[in-house]
Amino acid sequence: MNTQMNVIPEYSLETPEIVPAAVAATRPLLWSVRRELWENNSIFIAPLTVAVLFVLGFVISIIHEWSTLHSALVDPQTRQTAFHFPFDAAAFALLLTAVITGAFYCLDALYGERRDRSVLFWKSLPVSDLTTVLAKACIPLLVLPLITFAMIIVTQTALFLLSTAIALGNGISTAVLWEQLPLWKMWVSILCAIVTSALWYAPLYGWLLLVSSYARRATFLWAVLPPFAVCVVEKIAFNTSYFADMMTFRLTGWYSQAFTPLAQGGASPADPLASLTLGRFFSSPELWIGLVFAALFLAAAIQLRRSREAI
Amino acid sequence: MTVIEARGLRKVYGKTIALDGIDLRVEEGRILGVIGLNGAGKTTALNAILGLTKYEGELKVLGRNPWTERNQLMRDVCFIADVAVLPRWMKVSQALDYVQGVHPRFNRAKAEGFLSRTAIKRNSRVRQLSKGMVAQLHLALVMAIDAKLLVLDEPTLGLDILYRKQFYDSLLNDYYDRSRTILVTTHQVEDVQHILTDLIFIDRGRVALSCSMEEFEQRYQEVMVHPEQINAARALKPIHERQVIGRNILLFDGVDRAQLATLGEAHIPSIADLFIAVLGQASAEREGAAR
Repeated sequence: MNTQMNVIPEYSLETPEIVPAAVAATRPLLWSVRRELWENNSIFIAPLTVAVLFVLGFVISIIHEWSTLHSALVDPQTRQTAFHFPFDAAAFALLLTAVITGAFYCLDALYGERRDRSVLFWKSLPVSDLTTVLAKACIPLLVLPLITFAMIIVTQTALFLLSTAIALGNGISTAVLWEQLPLWKMWVSILCAIVTSALWYAPLYGWLLLVSSYARRATFLWAVLPPFAVCVVEKIAFNTSYFADMMTFRLTGWYSQAFTPLAQGGASPADPLASLTLGRFFSSPELWIGLVFAALFLAAAIQLRRSREAI
Repeated sequence: MTVIEARGLRKVYGKTIALDGIDLRVEEGRILGVIGLNGAGKTTALNAILGLTKYEGELKVLGRNPWTERNQLMRDVCFIADVAVLPRWMKVSQALDYVQGVHPRFNRAKAEGFLSRTAIKRNSRVRQLSKGMVAQLHLALVMAIDAKLLVLDEPTLGLDILYRKQFYDSLLNDYYDRSRTILVTTHQVEDVQHILTDLIFIDRGRVALSCSMEEFEQRYQEVMVHPEQINAARALKPIHERQVIGRNILLFDGVDRAQLATLGEAHIPSIADLFIAVLGQASAEREGAAR
């Protein structure tokens, strides 16, 4: 065996440089993202569960409330809401699931590997802290949004087929239904919602990754208590609530920036794209300030991952 | 080629001095055993060498600064820090895929070949493997990486004697080829005595002894002294004396072998016995200095 070993040619120090630089740089990143998906299958399971439960719930409600549904559908006044509500609710539920999954993922991403000491294995391979943290940030910023979008499309397609059946069962022509539910426009609008919410929440994910790389225990408390403490101190010291307002805006602001709600003179659901205000969203300083904070938090998390030891 | 060169390596955690000025030079092709008590600073020294911790003093590993050039260094350095750090959720096949994906010098066929000699199944998860099998898997991954320096920090802690023996046999037979350098710390000194080429004792953050194994075998002799010759033997200034079933065993440093042979049965001491002797000497010197 030993003699065989000696026959294997020694690679020179320069070998990795022969590989094109771009490939060499993205390969560890792609593999790091892939290994995050292996480890955290909740990224798939959570939205899938919500989608399945939603469709099941929809089917049960059709059977259960057939008579009220029928009266709602024959009246053109209420028809629109009756058709639309499950679609909006499904999109909202899946979006919320993605945000919650992403938040809990981030909170554990850099803490879990130190707790189970596997960080010592990851660090024994030529994958930099920068690559590792970016791969982890890709999950809530890129992977979860993509999965969520795909899952919403699948769910709404299922709802659409079911709705077609209901419409036919209630003597409503499919043309009326399809006019009520312009799927393509709805999906473009949902894609905008997913992209804008991911960008808007980037500093929150960054903060959670930072906490995850810093805390030696109780990551959830480290994530929640400092902002809460700032709110309390501000209230006591100045009797103001700027910070609390800022936090609230951070949680809900993407919607009010990117969409004009129906109640405030937004477009009717028949044309979901008309309520989009992407210009306002992308020109809002809060978005860009948030992204700067996200970058700062990630930079700090990279530094901490470098120096923090296994717990 | 010098693989590791350290001068005045220091590391302080708050008020604790973990490393108190370590000088170290390891040439290519050596197998260095780093021996020390718990908390002596072994792991801190290895962490500094691996770029896992900041340090004071000069340190070059393969000509690079391990803290600032860690990313480049890790292509040529590989390590097993502690037993069972492989992620428990990972499948064996995923571990192979991942290392192949990120490491440009990973030879998958070699890892598969090594694994095929074990009872490890490809679709098992790490959490389903025994501790010994996890160590085998980790070794299979590491040995298939064409690294210039391999660092092993207590790689066999808690493994039974069979796995420990296999571990070091594989390392020596399937991996080591005189162009690679290995650094190993362990408390199971008897396991590594015959594979080391160099030896270093670390005590309280300092180097208590540093020598090659040839030097070790030439310098140190342990003699089971005949009772009637005990005074003659003590006159030769043994560095350590202990009693085993009523016989006195004396450890000598640099005393002529022929002379020692007349006093009783002479043999090369175990590293563990020398370690205790050297540490005893060091603490006696400290006490002397304190008075």
